[in-house]
Amino acid sequence: MNHQVVTYLAEGVDWIRFDVDALLGQFWNNTIEGLSQGSIYALVALGYTLVYGVLRLINFAHSEVFVFGVFAAYFTFYGLGFRPGPTVTLGIGELILFLLLALIAAMAVSGATAVVLERVAYRPLRRRNAPSLVFLITAIGASFVMQQVLFIWRGGNAEQAIRLLRPEPVFTVFNTAVTNIQIITVLAALVLLVVADTFINRTRLGRGIRAVAQDPDTATLMGVNKERVIMITFLVGGLLAGAAALFYLMKIPQGASYQGGFLLGIKAFTAAVLGGIGNLRGALLGGLLLGVVENYGQSLFGGDWRDIVAFVLLIVILMFRPTGILGESLGKARV
Amino acid sequence: MALLELSTVSVHYGRIQALSDVSLTVEQGEIVTLIGANGAGKTTTMRAISGIRPLSGGTITFDGEDISTLRADLRVVRGISQSPEGRGVFPGMTVMENLDMGAYSRKDRKNLAEDLDRVFTLFPRLAERKNQAGGTMSGGEQQMLAIGRALMARPRLLLLDEPSMGLAPQFIQQIFRIITEINEQGTTVLLVEQNAQQALSRAHRAYVLETGSISRTGTGQELLNDASIKEAYLGVA
Repeated sequence: MNHQVVTYLAEGVDWIRFDVDALLGQFWNNTIEGLSQGSIYALVALGYTLVYGVLRLINFAHSEVFVFGVFAAYFTFYGLGFRPGPTVTLGIGELILFLLLALIAAMAVSGATAVVLERVAYRPLRRRNAPSLVFLITAIGASFVMQQVLFIWRGGNAEQAIRLLRPEPVFTVFNTAVTNIQIITVLAALVLLVVADTFINRTRLGRGIRAVAQDPDTATLMGVNKERVIMITFLVGGLLAGAAALFYLMKIPQGASYQGGFLLGIKAFTAAVLGGIGNLRGALLGGLLLGVVENYGQSLFGGDWRDIVAFVLLIVILMFRPTGILGESLGKARV
Repeated sequence: MALLELSTVSVHYGRIQALSDVSLTVEQGEIVTLIGANGAGKTTTMRAISGIRPLSGGTITFDGEDISTLRADLRVVRGISQSPEGRGVFPGMTVMENLDMGAYSRKDRKNLAEDLDRVFTLFPRLAERKNQAGGTMSGGEQQMLAIGRALMARPRLLLLDEPSMGLAPQFIQQIFRIITEINEQGTTVLLVEQNAQQALSRAHRAYVLETGSISRTGTGQELLNDASIKEAYLGVA
């Protein structure tokens, strides 16, 4: 395709462009890639949103809960005998088995990490009725500690990529190839999100979580064990982050790095706020929207603008809808 | 043996003492009311009984068991259910979901239909509004929902904190009539009220709480006819 870069700024400016041709030319490619990226954001965003809904706490260490899952998936591959290098050729049965094993490992590690984090960092503060600012600082501190633990263990360089699955087009739509990895990511994320939504809205325990989110004291008066609800909330958020971790590693095999959670965590948090923090479906909407828009932005303004577009989107939406697109918190969210 | 006994119970909020040496008993089958001015410690007493506030001294005994340090959610399992001050209706849940929350700790799920019937008979209004969100109901309806929800736990002791607060006069009459009805069906009631007139005339016995301590006790009728109570709480000179 013949791209004509249109610069609306002065002649010779190369740090920004306004490339409508690229935007339109890559529209469907960006949409599909954005949806798959956005699914990962959405899965991680759910962890922020659930914990916020129940504790009114931004769990900044959630990004490291995710990174622990990335490492768990990576070392599951390693433990299964795979080594860095070109993509191995596997039968479909083997491939599914290995990916499932990595999924289980990543979910288990992230889930356990989230629960331990809650026990060690936040529960003691709750016991002492610490002010919310203390929780926030603790969350940031926990995030750094977990990052540095990974740094000390594995060093500053990212792990060398282990590739089990090469991105290959499965079918084309609007002249755009859709790859196996994109399909797996989006489908698996949707299934997990539906399961999480059903759990929250349709089960007894889920109703307990919503009750604590809406009114913790009254929930206790109904016989809800608040501490248990909090633990389960962290566990569910961790499990979803672990699943996201595997999809992330399939997409970016060289992405197992101690600081790999930072930008993704902030974007997932952005997605949660964008959709309306505390709102499960908002997290899904926010994640997908963010994934798609930053891809459009990248085509339109150039690669360096990707992240800027994401955060400008957040600021603009919050100016007009301070509670996010879907607004209501988990507490108020209706079935 | 009393169903509920508070023995020299003290509660602190930080350094501030909210209750000091409160002792009271509630016998099986009674309606006992706790009256007092704003800030006297009525709600704190309720929160101490249901376990939301820890004690700084004294003991609470329920049906012979010391529950002073028992977790709040387990006290519901023991048979203490509360309709809290300000009603505490879950705004984002429907009437049905709110009622289900009341039965959260019940193991005998198969008997729920029976209790639901009972609640809908007491409060036909709730039956009409099954699928309405709790947060969109009027104050009187929310109060009915809060009491109905507390009954769904099939409690042995029902704690009612200010059920008449903020209600229109015709609702107040109705709520108190229903409280008597619930009691006649066999549920013991501890009622906290600012509407002393109604509360005293409905209660078997009453306690007066003044700045964190019990200052008077007697039957409802005795206190209703007492000159100093009339002056302080009934607005009659």
